[in-house]
Amino acid sequence: MLEHTPKEIKERKGGMINPAKTCQPIGAMYAALGIHKCLPHSHGSQGCCSYHRMHLTRHFRDPIMASTSSFTEGACVFGGGANLKTAIKNVFAIYDPDVMAIHTTCLTETIGDDIPSYLGSAEIPDGKIVIHANTPSYAGSHVTGFANMTKGMVTYLAEATTDTNKEQVNIIPGFVNPGDMREIKRLTKSMGINFIMFPDTSGVVDSPMTGKFEMFPRGGAKVEDIRDTGNSKLTIALGSFASTDAAIQLERKCKVPAKTLKTPIGIKATDEFLMALRAAFISEIPYELEEERGQLVDIMTDTHYHFHGQRVAVFGDPDVVIGLTEFILSLGMVPVHVLTGTPGAAFEKEIKAMLLEAGLKANVKANGDLFELQQWIKNEPVDLLLGNTYGKYISRAEDIPFVRVGFPVLDRSVHSYMPIVGYQGAMRLVEMISNALLDRADRDAADEDFELVM
Amino acid sequence: MRQVAIYGKGGIGKSTTTQNTVAALVEMGKHVMVVGCDPKADSTRLLLHGLNQKTVLDTLRDEGEDIDLEDIMRDGYGGTKCVESGGPEPGVGCAGRGIITSINMLESLGAYTEDLNYVFYDVLGDVVCGGFAMPIREGKAQEIYIVASGEMMALYAANNISKGIRKYALTGGVRLGGIICNSRNVDNELDLLTAFARELGSQLIHFVPRDNMVQRAEINKKTVIDFDPSQPQADEYRTLARNMDNNDMFIIPEPMTQERLEEMLMTHGILD
Repeated sequence: MLEHTPKEIKERKGGMINPAKTCQPIGAMYAALGIHKCLPHSHGSQGCCSYHRMHLTRHFRDPIMASTSSFTEGACVFGGGANLKTAIKNVFAIYDPDVMAIHTTCLTETIGDDIPSYLGSAEIPDGKIVIHANTPSYAGSHVTGFANMTKGMVTYLAEATTDTNKEQVNIIPGFVNPGDMREIKRLTKSMGINFIMFPDTSGVVDSPMTGKFEMFPRGGAKVEDIRDTGNSKLTIALGSFASTDAAIQLERKCKVPAKTLKTPIGIKATDEFLMALRAAFISEIPYELEEERGQLVDIMTDTHYHFHGQRVAVFGDPDVVIGLTEFILSLGMVPVHVLTGTPGAAFEKEIKAMLLEAGLKANVKANGDLFELQQWIKNEPVDLLLGNTYGKYISRAEDIPFVRVGFPVLDRSVHSYMPIVGYQGAMRLVEMISNALLDRADRDAADEDFELVM
Repeated sequence: MRQVAIYGKGGIGKSTTTQNTVAALVEMGKHVMVVGCDPKADSTRLLLHGLNQKTVLDTLRDEGEDIDLEDIMRDGYGGTKCVESGGPEPGVGCAGRGIITSINMLESLGAYTEDLNYVFYDVLGDVVCGGFAMPIREGKAQEIYIVASGEMMALYAANNISKGIRKYALTGGVRLGGIICNSRNVDNELDLLTAFARELGSQLIHFVPRDNMVQRAEINKKTVIDFDPSQPQADEYRTLARNMDNNDMFIIPEPMTQERLEEMLMTHGILD
């Protein structure tokens, strides 16, 4: 399918071919699902909302609920105020969520709909909450949308109400799967530290089959907890692209100190996360986690010869790619191409710093596309491709082993339940990567080289 | 059917000039439709003897998408068909999108009948987005006239509009038919406007002198021809209408650089 991508790289002035990102509202919708009993609301035409719900449903294989302002021609000429007010009335009357989280779309951003002024004159039932985030898709990516909605949660909800800070930490997990959020919570819990995670999509987009349909499953960060984040001692933002904005907003609004760390993918980033918790709360790392770490080190040593010197191309969302790149360096692999579709010079800076430390050089790009990634691979071939489902076409065209990580993964299941963060997540990554490499070795082996023990 | 769009700086007299010229064309026996493309909806006031036109977008808002042509089109002076596209209240929504909606609606309702000799689009002052270029997109208006005066800002706007026309002219059929001078009694105005039009590669189609008669007629909600056909100013509009009707000079304008424009003002303008 991608056989005709030319090897020769010509500078392009504009345009994307096979983008490595999607639009802001998807991220905003996903973040909003991380509030308990919250209905995301798309302020725009119906198509936006349908597409975003569908995309999320395909990744999580769970129903994704959201409402829309259902713009018509008239709404876009006269502004969407009337539609939004009707939507608010209907949503609370019919679906009865506790929170409605509105995000905008390209259409409503372009005509300049001012959501706060609409909300000022809308009838919001007592005890119900409406929050909003501006999410024009012509800026940033789905990760930006996630960050904007998470920041919106702080802007609307967080409050400092106590004189002294509570012995608790706010954790903003970033744009990761519910399986990852569960793992981050497990790590924090086993340290014996009180925490508030927001947004928290576990229990929402990975809810169990009970035989009864629940429009609002049990999971999600509770509103009173998000309010209470203003009283916490510390905010840990995991992933600078998805989480820093909200943490800084919390610092500004409620004077809760913010600390940004990498998404805890791999041994180093997980160590940093746990050490940051330990430093702030004077709590010991329990044996349980030390044991897991020891197991991971054992596995990395055992499998080192599979990985050493293997050349890798990594792409996906910036926070995840930064974590993955650091981990594959720990495994002795060589990142040759590192790309994200999300714009941001900080991405290139951070990856380049890691490479410099490892004494390596690579193609590194933010705001890139998969066409360019394939061209890079044609010029400098790799042994492994790491990224979301969209990589499968490159993997096929270039005949490279492919491990699916990140968002979206549309053609494999169960991934969203399983972590890639923490020591356990790292073990899982090692398993996935070595399986892919060894499957390839088996496939390519001549009869006399086909080994029972590898 | 000739479809004509009138552009020009805000307040230059586009609506007044258009309606007075339309009145003269009607007097010549032409069938004309006027489409006001300004959210202020004052482009057909003189032909309808007052602002008694419900706009396309107001109708759309009040009655939904199921609209009849009679709901949005009124007969004005001498049987002119008058339509106002209207728009949202200031500061909300998208007026440009409103114009696109209106013109599409006129087409689908069959407003463009065979018997029409002219359709005039009276567009608001500055073309600020794609919506306001709607009358010159997709082969709607083929000819454009720019209303200007000897004032610096009017010429600056006219030059800018020429850039817009050029953009669409290179890919479509739209052409500049000429510059209409709506005189402000600036010194050397005729010379300046003639030179300006020539520099664009176009012509000064008519120099409409300033006459308070226009304002008097306007206060009475009428065009000059309607108010007092014997006035000399009525003849000026008749000449403009005749020149437009006989016009065969349609060009792709060559807009000037800011420096050249200023240089021209120095040469012909008030300085000498």
